Amino acid sequence: MKANMDQAITTPSNAADALPRQQRFTGLRRFAGNRLAVLGAAIILLLVLIAIFAPLLATHDPIFDQDYGNLLSGPDTTHWMGTDDLGRDIFSRMLYGARISLQAALIAVGLAFCVGVPVGIASGYFRGFWDEWVVMRIVDALQAFPPLILALALAAALGGGFYNAMAAVGIGFAPAFIRLARGQAMSIRNLDYVMAARSVGAGHIRIMWRYVLPNAMAPLIIQATFAMGSAIIAEAGLSYLGLGARAEDPSWGSMLHIAQGYLNTNPTLALWPGVAIFAVVLGFNLLGDGIREVFDPKLYR
Amino acid sequence: MFPATSHALPELPISPMSPLIKRILLVIPTLLLVSMVIFSLLAILPGDPVTAILGLEATPEAAAALRLQLGLDDPLYVQYGRWLWNVLHGDLGRSFIDRTPVIDVLMQRLPVTIELAVGSFAVGILIAVPAGILSAVRPRGIANYFTTLVALFGMSVPHFWLGMMFIILFAVKLGWLPASGYVPFTEDWRGNLAAMCMPVLATGLRESAILMRMVRSSLLEVLNEDYIRTAFSKGLRDWQVVIGHALRNALIPVVTASGLMVSVLLGGLVITESIFAIPGMGKMIVDAIFQRDYVMVQGGVLAAALMVVIVNLAVDVLYTVIDPRIER
Repeated sequence: MKANMDQAITTPSNAADALPRQQRFTGLRRFAGNRLAVLGAAIILLLVLIAIFAPLLATHDPIFDQDYGNLLSGPDTTHWMGTDDLGRDIFSRMLYGARISLQAALIAVGLAFCVGVPVGIASGYFRGFWDEWVVMRIVDALQAFPPLILALALAAALGGGFYNAMAAVGIGFAPAFIRLARGQAMSIRNLDYVMAARSVGAGHIRIMWRYVLPNAMAPLIIQATFAMGSAIIAEAGLSYLGLGARAEDPSWGSMLHIAQGYLNTNPTLALWPGVAIFAVVLGFNLLGDGIREVFDPKLYR
Repeated sequence: MFPATSHALPELPISPMSPLIKRILLVIPTLLLVSMVIFSLLAILPGDPVTAILGLEATPEAAAALRLQLGLDDPLYVQYGRWLWNVLHGDLGRSFIDRTPVIDVLMQRLPVTIELAVGSFAVGILIAVPAGILSAVRPRGIANYFTTLVALFGMSVPHFWLGMMFIILFAVKLGWLPASGYVPFTEDWRGNLAAMCMPVLATGLRESAILMRMVRSSLLEVLNEDYIRTAFSKGLRDWQVVIGHALRNALIPVVTASGLMVSVLLGGLVITESIFAIPGMGKMIVDAIFQRDYVMVQGGVLAAALMVVIVNLAVDVLYTVIDPRIER
């Protein structure tokens, strides 16, 4: 009896079930019909799985297993991708590198998103002095710095290290999110449903949270997806320069840094980390294109 | 100065002005904020200029005298004012390491970076415009498929890794180009161009990928306009319509966007210069960070930010000039 009542209560309110069959999950279907987008999603899924299960998949410890009798060796049955200059197993380091890249993307984009979106929404919603003379001027000033150079300088100021470098990249990315969220809020604030919410007495916070933010979300999610790819390249670049992950950490960027010294003698050292970065960034770019197509089919023909 | 009432404020004191003048005036607060960020960067950076100059064995008296001489005991805003005043007079301070004026080093390094940036951008445009036109005009053709794939590749490949692959291929295996190093154009132009080839291609390919997608979508939009239909109905050929009528208008948004790309380009060049050992501004910043020569870092970051602001201002001014639809 109780189960029936629950059903009676939930069924009508579940909008998706009420739709005719063809209209259910249209976004998901459109996404699934885009082969490149599915490829992108598959790459990212693989990255996440490798990052989670790296300790189970790795054949060696990425830092401490140093095979001194076997430096810079080619691929064989014990070292599937060969060893580096300290005799560490490249295959295992590649797997752990997925962790660092994924962390980098999540920290940098997470920070940019969590700072940029609330500030941008509030700024675009309220407009006025704060928007034009404080927020936008700060955004302008921050955007005058090339993100990577700002990240370099901030990473140096904060004292280097992986987390500081990624926070610095996040700060460099934040202005783009502020601008985008602000633009969205500025167009949504004048729409009828916001007026309607106001007229029934909803407060500013409630309107921004319940009406502006959800409707501003689509382009922000797309932007975040692309930013993930940029953050991974930024991490690799900073680590390559020696200002991101520590040299011994299995970051794909640090591995390229080591490889730079052996371009003449062991060019394959530079191969795998680059291919991995390329594949993952490609994955995020394809995923971003796919999501954009789902949200705005007109835009992408 | 500014009215403190916060609502309905798009009507600020300067809004009766034309957008162009407003755009130019807004550079002032931006630059002021930029200068504050850069100044505070040095203030929070680890390391003390006094130790950097005198070394660790300095007597406390000598250190105190130098602190007084450098004005390090003054309040921060006084120091900021003095620093800004000096910067406006072209004095960016002296290197902690060898006491050379920062401005001299910058003047030496900047042309190298500008040559790289202009070259990369030229490569980007030269690939992007024809490819963008091709894929917009023939959306179902094999060319569109191919250019889309190349654009995806260019956007996703880390340009510094591409540079390393170029070194392996063109310098190590084929021996066509020098792996690294730099010769000034005025000394040996052949050597200069040979050294610039790989870095410019590696960064230019990424530029071209981004630009190509922009040219394509902008051109697709313009091709739907009425005046294009008119041009076709006059009996003009495809290429006459595209080159003569569509391209000019399609490139306007691309010009603006390419202004914004300068900042990404400059950031990317930092790594490119490090890979190819090119003594540009980016390499200067990186080396200075490792030598803890923070005055040098400050000068480099300031120069980079100035370049971004100036290029974007120039692009916006140009934009109003080439697009008559925009109110000046």
